[in-house]
Amino acid sequence: MSKDNQILEDLTSKEYEHGWSVNMEADEAPIGLNEGIIRWISAKKEEPQWLLEWRLKAYKTWGNMNEPTWANVHYPKIDLQSLIFYSAPKQAKKTKNLDEVDPQLLEIYKRLGISLNEQKRLEGVAVDVVLDSVSVATTFKDTLGKLGIIFCSFSEAVKEHPELIKKYLGSVVPMTDNYYAALNSAVFSDGSFCYIPKGVRCPMELSTYFRINAANTGQFERTLIVAEDESYVSYLEGCTAPQRDENQLHAAVVEIYAGAHAEVKYSTVQNWFPGDKNGKGGIFNFVTKRGICAGDHSKISWTQVETGSAVTWKYPSCILKGDYSIGEFYSVAVTNNYQQADTGTKMIHIGKNTKSRIVSKGISAGKSQNSYRGQVQVMKRATNARNFSQCDSLLMGDRCGAHTFPYIDINNPTAKVEHEATTSKIGEDQIFYCNQRGISTEDAVALIVNGYAKEVLNQLPMEFAVEAQKLLALTLEGSVG
Amino acid sequence: MLSIKNLHASIEGTPILRGINLEVKAGEVHAIMGPNGSGKSTLASVLAGREEYEVTKGEVIFKGKNLLDLAPEDRAREGVFLAFQYPVEIPGVSSTNFLRTAVNQVREYRGQEPLDAVKFLTMMKEKMKLVEIDQKLLSRSLNEGFSGGEKKRNEIFQMAMLEPTLSILDETDSGLDIDALRIVSNGVNQLKSDKTATIVVTHYQRLLDYIIPDFVHVLYKGRIVKSGTKELAMELEEKGYDWIKEAVDSEATV
Repeated sequence: MSKDNQILEDLTSKEYEHGWSVNMEADEAPIGLNEGIIRWISAKKEEPQWLLEWRLKAYKTWGNMNEPTWANVHYPKIDLQSLIFYSAPKQAKKTKNLDEVDPQLLEIYKRLGISLNEQKRLEGVAVDVVLDSVSVATTFKDTLGKLGIIFCSFSEAVKEHPELIKKYLGSVVPMTDNYYAALNSAVFSDGSFCYIPKGVRCPMELSTYFRINAANTGQFERTLIVAEDESYVSYLEGCTAPQRDENQLHAAVVEIYAGAHAEVKYSTVQNWFPGDKNGKGGIFNFVTKRGICAGDHSKISWTQVETGSAVTWKYPSCILKGDYSIGEFYSVAVTNNYQQADTGTKMIHIGKNTKSRIVSKGISAGKSQNSYRGQVQVMKRATNARNFSQCDSLLMGDRCGAHTFPYIDINNPTAKVEHEATTSKIGEDQIFYCNQRGISTEDAVALIVNGYAKEVLNQLPMEFAVEAQKLLALTLEGSVG
Repeated sequence: MLSIKNLHASIEGTPILRGINLEVKAGEVHAIMGPNGSGKSTLASVLAGREEYEVTKGEVIFKGKNLLDLAPEDRAREGVFLAFQYPVEIPGVSSTNFLRTAVNQVREYRGQEPLDAVKFLTMMKEKMKLVEIDQKLLSRSLNEGFSGGEKKRNEIFQMAMLEPTLSILDETDSGLDIDALRIVSNGVNQLKSDKTATIVVTHYQRLLDYIIPDFVHVLYKGRIVKSGTKELAMELEEKGYDWIKEAVDSEATV
């Protein structure tokens, strides 16, 4: 038994693969947060007056809010006044195409295994890349443009499509929503914007890659996806950060709007630096993600594979407003060493005959704490609402914790809500069985964990699924017991 | 091929095996019989390398290597196969996926190229016939929701795929109806060769009607107290274990 623990120990103490950083000259905001900084950011981005006012309003709202403490996570108070709220890699000038992008930047992405070249087309993925606070490159704009699809950085969208931004910004996650959403609304720097016009099926996966490079910097990106009636888009999000001793704050907001008969699939593989094996450093990941199924028969599906971050606070949610709309949430959250995750979803049933499905698979190893927190709310008008929730926890070793906090709030007697939960341990029996067939313990764990998470991994686009499987195995290396 | 000398093993401080001696040569089938609690399954587990058991004394040499020094996966890769009495369920992992991982890790250890999907499936199709196992069963999660018979058949199928030199069948007959017993035994018999050896651990003689042993050993209180040929198994079936127990126990008191 102790031998197994040892193997787990070795496996789990494997180092973070993306821990490097590149010394780049950066254009940074002065340290700290005040109205001046917000004006500074807005001016830097040459924003219109209305957006500056929107930011300032958010900043005021935020000033009256308190940091939420209800999540099952513990971390030292974040000193926002010691953070830099805007950092952009210095580029000589604005770039129009990839040839003009700073080679040092391209080098960073090469190391991350992201090809920004149009060769990426072979894989059918269009990529927007956000480094620290700004979007540095977006591929395939032209191909997508022909279909009327807009896929660009948020800043660009503010300039090129102000009417769309004005209409949808804050429409799903209002600035008053919560502490971190308000903070993001005040200081957000960049992110991706994606617009799929009516009746268009986006022919390729759209993907944003986030990378924090600079030290002492917060990353506050904002993603907005608008899928008009009868459109379809599959969107991927990936993220990594250098290995640093101090904690870094990441507070993003993602908003999705889906019109009638529209479908949006949003997949995340989150691999922010989780801190070292003693719990030092790592990203604080406080993210608000929400989609609204505004039109009838619309569908929003969240899939997330959460392996990184020191602390995760994240609840991708669906507001099911349209009749017959569908919300889905598929999640695998892995915590190891001293990581803490409090993650789950909210399904708000407003329309009639709305359906939601929640599949959450938590995996805890090391001394980590992993919580599922989910809310299913059926409003008065939501006749025949259906929900199915399944929430499983897998424990590795005897020093970690798994917690489940389901909230169910039903205001319509026709609702049918099911909740299933299981907790299991990776058995020594299972590992020995694999060993006896010639499979190493490390691979046995990977096999067992991937089997456990299969239902969720199956939701990911092919290319991502393979990545995610490897990532799961990597995150858990050294954690069997 | 296998040489067990004065093997002692205990679990949580309680001695179970108290000096096992056994020589197994290539081409032989050895049956280990004995009453409940005599240490039969412990012997199988110790050979396979289950960690709960602590070997306190003795040695086991397998193909010239000290087996006890090897990790369980390396024992498997060297060619030791244990058909489990209670095969373990692994949800979400298909038998096919599981076996492909296993076969390729074993091949890697033996310095062979991994099998690609096509070659692997061809091999699977071929071996499936041996134990009359259905393809559908193999695409399901490993052992999950399998009947007792399906689990045991799957064990023998895995054995066929991994091509071990020493197969240990731990009470493979338990929970099998007569048809399943026949199918499983057929599979085992077809896999026998003059280069491989089989140890059959069983409580009943029934299995030995199908898998004919060259030697039969009776285990009692952690020792082999009697060895013989097939006839010994018949005698045990007829007279039970009491006469052996009495003989051993009276000797001990003297």
